[in-house]
Amino acid sequence: MTPAEPTVLMDGADVRRAIDRMAHEVLEKLGGTGRLVLIGVQRRGVDLADMIGEAVRAAEGHPVPTGTLDITFYRDDLMALGPRPLVGETKLPPGGVDDRAVVLVDDVLYTGRTARAALNELMDWGRPARIVLCVLVDRGDRELPIQPDIVGREFPVLANQRIDVLVPRLDGELAVVLGALDRP
Amino acid sequence: MSLATPALGKDLTGLEPLSADQIRVILDTAEPFKEITERRVKKVPVLRGKTIVNLFFEASTRTRISFEFAEKRLSADTVNIGAAGSSVSKGETLVDTARNLEAMSIDMVVIRHWSAGAAAFLAARIPSNVINAGDGAHEHPTQGLLDILTLRDHFGTLEGLRVCIVGDVLHSRVARSNIYGLVKLGAEVGVCGPRTLLPASIEELGVTVFGRVEEAVEWADAINVLRLQLERMQDGFVPSLREYNRVFGITRERLESAPRRLLILHPGPMNRGVEIDSDVADGPHSVILQQVTNGVAVRMAVLYLLAGGAPHLAEAARDWTGS
Repeated sequence: MTPAEPTVLMDGADVRRAIDRMAHEVLEKLGGTGRLVLIGVQRRGVDLADMIGEAVRAAEGHPVPTGTLDITFYRDDLMALGPRPLVGETKLPPGGVDDRAVVLVDDVLYTGRTARAALNELMDWGRPARIVLCVLVDRGDRELPIQPDIVGREFPVLANQRIDVLVPRLDGELAVVLGALDRP
Repeated sequence: MSLATPALGKDLTGLEPLSADQIRVILDTAEPFKEITERRVKKVPVLRGKTIVNLFFEASTRTRISFEFAEKRLSADTVNIGAAGSSVSKGETLVDTARNLEAMSIDMVVIRHWSAGAAAFLAARIPSNVINAGDGAHEHPTQGLLDILTLRDHFGTLEGLRVCIVGDVLHSRVARSNIYGLVKLGAEVGVCGPRTLLPASIEELGVTVFGRVEEAVEWADAINVLRLQLERMQDGFVPSLREYNRVFGITRERLESAPRRLLILHPGPMNRGVEIDSDVADGPHSVILQQVTNGVAVRMAVLYLLAGGAPHLAEAARDWTGS
């Protein structure tokens, strides 16, 4: 079966508008940037966290510490995966996460298993004052009792469909697409 | 999938059977593990529920502790068995020891043995993953990997890098693993030492032989200094430790005469004043302690890559056990 031509659900301008709104929601919820840190989940959550950080900086006038997190070592299906994937960089934000308000940023929220792994890993880093989950796309169908605090858009799609977030650094464009089955 | 990696197979018995790509995967995988060692909670749940036996038939402090740290930081459960005071000293064979451990449902064995080929022998006979932690004068693959990782950290690439191994190459499994790994990754490898301590046809491994340490210092970007085991003097390989130090010792004067800034590695434990002088070991050229740090990361990478990999090879070994 050849993959169908991907349907664009959000183009670059849509994504940017959503990011701006999400940045303002972050500020609204967490009351200014004093103790705020942004953590992007590898791989595309990292780019989205940077974009939200940029939008927060534009609104508030000062930068927000950001970090990255690769959840590979915390996956619940690690030993069933077969070939071991290479692991992305995990980088704690300067100053760590203790007593910080952590915004965990990912591209698509689906089963909730990635968020579960990321929460466990964050707890091993320290004791954040608070963690909020911020995703660009919520596609529903959770397998764990995990819900996002800040959402770009909801797209309830079928189990046999996939939603991909494309980012300039890795994909050459900014968009949310449906049905791109051949993306790595 | 672009993230797919060349699988390592069931075991790590040496660097000789590995491809350059497989070695690169181990080195690349070691990078994220370095970061875990700097965390407050130095532990990730990768090998939770796995049982690892460290089977050390030869004395070892550094390697055993390094493996044990690596295992514990991956949340594995570990058991240490030394030859003294165990059933091994009562005459049990290697395979019987391992099969008894298997019967208690273990997942991995890290083995150090005085006999070359012991790890491969065991790997073919038990379904658990087997990691060679040094077998006779054959290989010590994780030491080779950590040396190569340390070199890569400093020089960025191994392609065209000139690495000279100085000392008792004849008895050194560290030297063999370094030579196999470095040559595969495109480095130029030299060896230097007394003729009595260089294997007869060492050139066949693709290395350049230097008779005088001054030539090696002139040629190399990095020098890996091997430990001179003190019993070699009693066995007549070198006339005296003092003469060895005078002719082959890595001294500050020799480093200062080098045309470029040399990097100095040593697999430990050091004989200060014999193969390496104290002011070199503790000096700015030395990356000896960084090797130790990298050792834990490399061993975490190997354990991680082997765990859960290549189930068909484990099946084959299970069949052998059953027959």
